[in-house]
Parts: sequence; structure tokens; C-alpha cells
Amino acid sequence: MVEEIGSTADGNIILNVGPQHPATHGVLHLVITINGETIQKVEPHLGYIHRSIEKMCESLTYRQFIYVTSRMDYLSSHINNHACALCVEKGLQIEIPSRAQVIRVLMDELTRIASHELWWGAMAMDLGALTPFFHAFREREAINDIMEETCGARLTMNYMVPGGVMQDIHPNFQKRVKEFITLFKSKVSEYNELVTGNIIFQNRMKGVGNLSAADAISFGCSGPTARGSGVSCDIRKLYPYEIYDKINFEEILESEGDSFARYMVRVREMSQSISIIEQLIDNIPEGDFQAKTKAVLKLPKGEFYQRVETARGDFGVYIVSEGGSTPYRIKFRSPGFSNLSALDHMARGSKLGDLVAMMGTLDLVIPDIDR
Amino acid sequence: MTVEALKEKITALFPAVTFEEGGQWLTILVESADWHGIADILRQNETLCFDYLLCLTCIDWKTHLTMVYHLDATKYRHNLVVKVRLEKVNPAIETVSDIWQTANFHEREVYEMFGVNFLHHPDLRLLILPDGWEGKNPLLKDFEDPINMIKL
Amino acid sequence: MEITSNNSVEKPVSLTSENSFPGQIHDTPGGGIVLSKLDDIINWARSNSLWPLTFATSCCGIEMMSVAAAKYDFSRFGFEVARASPRQADVIIIAGTIVNKMAPVLKRLYDQMADPKYVIAMGACAISGGPFFYNTYSVVKGADHVIPVDVYVAGCPPRPEALLHALISLQDKIKSGQTREQIQVPKPLSGGDILNQL
Repeated sequence: MVEEIGSTADGNIILNVGPQHPATHGVLHLVITINGETIQKVEPHLGYIHRSIEKMCESLTYRQFIYVTSRMDYLSSHINNHACALCVEKGLQIEIPSRAQVIRVLMDELTRIASHELWWGAMAMDLGALTPFFHAFREREAINDIMEETCGARLTMNYMVPGGVMQDIHPNFQKRVKEFITLFKSKVSEYNELVTGNIIFQNRMKGVGNLSAADAISFGCSGPTARGSGVSCDIRKLYPYEIYDKINFEEILESEGDSFARYMVRVREMSQSISIIEQLIDNIPEGDFQAKTKAVLKLPKGEFYQRVETARGDFGVYIVSEGGSTPYRIKFRSPGFSNLSALDHMARGSKLGDLVAMMGTLDLVIPDIDR
Repeated sequence: MTVEALKEKITALFPAVTFEEGGQWLTILVESADWHGIADILRQNETLCFDYLLCLTCIDWKTHLTMVYHLDATKYRHNLVVKVRLEKVNPAIETVSDIWQTANFHEREVYEMFGVNFLHHPDLRLLILPDGWEGKNPLLKDFEDPINMIKL
Repeated sequence: MEITSNNSVEKPVSLTSENSFPGQIHDTPGGGIVLSKLDDIINWARSNSLWPLTFATSCCGIEMMSVAAAKYDFSRFGFEVARASPRQADVIIIAGTIVNKMAPVLKRLYDQMADPKYVIAMGACAISGGPFFYNTYSVVKGADHVIPVDVYVAGCPPRPEALLHALISLQDKIKSGQTREQIQVPKPLSGGDILNQL
């Protein structure tokens, strides 16, 4: 460590937040320098969940390494798997049947809603409101039940494979998703009354953690963190993959750049995801759910990069292949890594209590950052 | 800007760079001594305006290292990949964290995983690995760890 | 709870059901009965009110949060208050992978907890390194390399019902007297004499 914990000569105190802390959403260790209650500097110390995934993937085949990405950003596990499957398919140059494409997009959007639900509940809990946590998990359990019926697991589903999806959807899938849509629509107004319109919540979030658009781009922020500052960066719109170019949905942008703007972006994204699901759920085309691929996949020599939009931002999979059955080098470009680097810039000059609100709106999942 | 127009513009601005064929995006090869100047122009030029550094990584080719930079422009939405070849012994390159602030963390990670020294970096030290791992550079291909690593 | 109802094997002849009243203490034959009864009461009290420490490093943490939420509720079993400070917690549920950098932190948290303390290793990563067993240079292959573990829960991540089963097994383990602080290690004989005699 560079600075010892204690007090410095000019009256600043150096304080540890984490790694074990209820508000850090995983094991994030922040060493903050404060003067009174005003923050002078925030320094993240990472690595408390560094599982050396990139080195490990060099010894796994192209079918095997996908399960590891479920565990990186575990709240958007389908979307991470989707990115890996798309990258491998890009290398193999195979066509995916349209039924598989629609199923993949449906699963992605359900995962996005589940991730934002958990974010919402955990963020309200950090600010002291314990009730929204239980409401959020009630809806999340509905989504987990749908996932479990089709994919077999609640959190880390290895459902996307190169070529399509692993199994066809359960016969009850459409009915349960439609029930979920009606349930969710009735709850959105409840969320707005409970938390969004709450005067204490608004005072704690408005004007806190300002991030200008130029800074957001320079720090490499993406996802709702950047969209709250007005930067248009939704990969689903800009570099569409699968069938996103054929679906009608809006990219939510807010211009203030403070924590409340980032919060509103995520809440509105949940409604957009519901509208995407509504457009697709009745129109799942018939056909195969998986394209025929060889048992052992070998990518040709070259490099392949795939970008997708996870719930946190722009996730990238970069595969460098030498023609063998295992990749030569894999790099996962995680959105949280860049979003976290903006925390120091946002937090200088604010109070200690605002730091929690800022970390909440950045929506950090630390295993995604440490890989 | 289309790929051909981009290629012409870059050849006009930097006559010394070479292009690599067969990539997903336009790929240029740059010398490590010229990199900082080129990066500055790529960022500041009005028609290029590459202001978003996506991904900064390094690949170990056993005889040399290659730094790979993926760039994106938010106004025009064109992409560029820059590769810089470095020596295996004492690799060093100029930092770009004054141009794109996201490079600060990314370069620290490449420093600890591959041992690349970034000149004029404001704060070059370990980020993810625990204390005491300076110099071990785990992502190099000749990283020895007889307890944990199984050689296939 | 009737103290007499647990342990009396046979009623002594002098007291019959006609001339005894509820709550009257019957004499029971044999000695040391009071000690075991107190242990039972203490174990019962301890097991029904274990407060967990919020220690979640990765994906299993989400399933632990699901267990804390309303559908699979663990406060029905006494795990009502999840404390953030180790000094106020009884059980630490290690949910997630332990890596080399986190191991000293885990040890320090365990040392800061007050006795009696219990440990549950949740998920494949905490049991043995899990999916990160091969070819990783930074993962501790099992949390029991760092601290002693009482209950192991399999799964990646384990279902909430599996975690509840583990919590109930921990309660049973405490009640049956098999946890670490209750197993009496026989005192060694004065070792110097034996060694001199050999």
C-alpha cells in the first residue's frame, strides 16, 4: 500500500472502506483520504476476488470457457455467455437459426431486468431503506423461477453455446413470461412511489457525483453510468447484434450527470426491456434451437472481438487464436473496470455519505472488475 | 467515415504506419517511439476524433510482446485497432493516460501481468495482484508455477 | 420447558403422579445430570439464535441474499439479524471464492469474532476452489486452508433450500454437542514421565 492508514500531517485521515463492508457489493477496498467529512481522494484497491480467469481460459477449449464468464458478472450471466458464444461464432462463421436468436434476446432482456431489480433493492438498502430490498427480490424470484424451468439453474446458467442455445424452451415459458409482464407492470408505479418519489431519496441523490459527458468518455464509462451524463453508447443500438436492429426500443438518455440521472436511466431501462420482451414473446419462430457444429471447435488463426451491452455497460470478449482448440489469449473487457476509475474523479469534494450513493449508482460488481 | 476513407486519412497523416490485413476492423502497426505523438493526433484531429479507448491489452508471442489498443469515436462511430510491437526484454512504452484517462487502470494491469514499463505514468504499481508479486508477471507464457499450473 | 421431562429415566418410588405437581424437581439417580442439562439448554439457546456475518465475495453471495429475502427466509430459523461487524456475529457464511489476497482478511475476521463461532463453507469455491481449481495461480483451494469449517454446502451456487438445509444441520450439530468447543479433548498425561520411561 502506498499510504499507511492513520492521519497525515495536514489533518487528513486515511480510512479503509471494505473489503468486508455491507455497501461495497462484493470485496472492494477503498482507501479514502478525508478531511473532516469531505473526501479528498478515493483510491480503489482491487484484487480481492482475482481468480486469474484469463490465464485459466488459455487451457480450456472453446466450449468450456463459457461457463467461467457466467461467474464474472454473475448478475448478467446470460449476457456474458451470449458475448462469448457470439465471438466464437464470429470466428467459426456459422449462422444461428432465428429461433435461437429470439430465445437468446428474450433471455438477455429478462436477465437485464433481474440485474436492475437487484441493483435497485441493494442501492435502496445502502441508503438505509430496507423495504425495497424485499420487494426487489420478490420480482427477481419470479424471473429466477422462469429461468430455472428452462435453463436448469437460477444464477449461473450455461444456456448459450456456440451455435444457439443448449435446450429448447420449456412449454410453459411463454405463459410464465406473460404472467411476469403483467406482474411487473403493476409494480413499476409501486417502485416509483416507494423510492423514486421519496423526498429523502431525491435529496440524497440529486447533485451528488457529477460526471460530465467528456469525462465519462475519457474514463471509458459505458452503460447507464455514461447514459446518465448524456453519452449515447448503447451497443444494442450502435453496433447491433442478433436481432436488435429489428426491434423497436428507445435508448434512455439523461443529461444531468448526477446520481439521480443514472438511477432514472436504470429504472426506465427496465420498462424498455419489458417492451422488448412483449414484442418478441408471441413471435418466437419455429425451427432449430442450435446450429450443427463439430464436437471440437477450432477457430482459425486470427483475432475476434465482440461487444455486447450488459446491465453494467459495454462488455467485450477479445479472442486471439492460433488455430488450436484452446485460445492463445482471451481478454475480457469489463465495464466495471472503467466505470470504477471514474469514482475518484466523481467523489472529490463530496461528503462521506455521498460516497455510498455514488457507488450504488455505478452498479459495481467486483468479480467483473477483478476477473 | 468508411474504412477506405479512414485508411486514406491515416496514410495522409502518418505516412510511416503500416496496415495489417485480415482483421475485423482497420488495424495499424505503429512503432513504440512514435506512439504518443500518433495517439495525440488521433484524439485531437477533428475528422478522426477517437475519444473512446475501449480496450488496452498485451499479447505475449514468446519472442516479442504486442500491445493492442482498440479505439472508437463517439461522434462518427468508426473503429481503429492499433498494435505496437515491444521487445521481450525490458519492454517500455509511453503512457497514454494523459490522453484517455481510462488508460490509467488498464496500463497498471498490463504492467503487473506482463511487465511492460509505462514511461511517465502517474502511478505505476500493482493493481490486482497482491503485494510481493512485482516481477512475477503471471500472464506471460513462461510463467512458472509448478504447484498450480498444469502443463498440457 | 420442563426440566424434568428430558432426563428422568425412571421416577423414584416416593413421588407418584398423585402427590407431585408440575415443575417439581424429581431426584434422579446418578450424578452429572445437571451438567448435561445445562449443556442442552445452552446449546438450544445458541443454535436458535445464530447471527450471520455478511461476508459474500462472489456469486454465492446473491443466493445468500435470496435466502435473506422474503421467499426463502432464514430469519424463521433465528438468523434474524445479519450483522456487518464480526464482533457481533456468531456464524460466518463464506459465500464465494477465497483468493490469496483475501485469505488474511478472512483470517482476521474470524479472529475478531467472539467464541463460540461457527463457519459454513457455501458453494464449491469455498469447499475446494470449485471451478477455479486447475491452472489458477491465485485461488485458495478451499476455505478450510484458512479457517476451520463446520458445515459444507455443495452447489455452484447452492439453491437457497440447500443453504437452509445447511443452516439447520448446523443447528443440529450444535444441539448434539459435536461442535469444536464442545468436544472434550482428553488431557494428555504428564508427558515428561512417559518420555523418560521410554
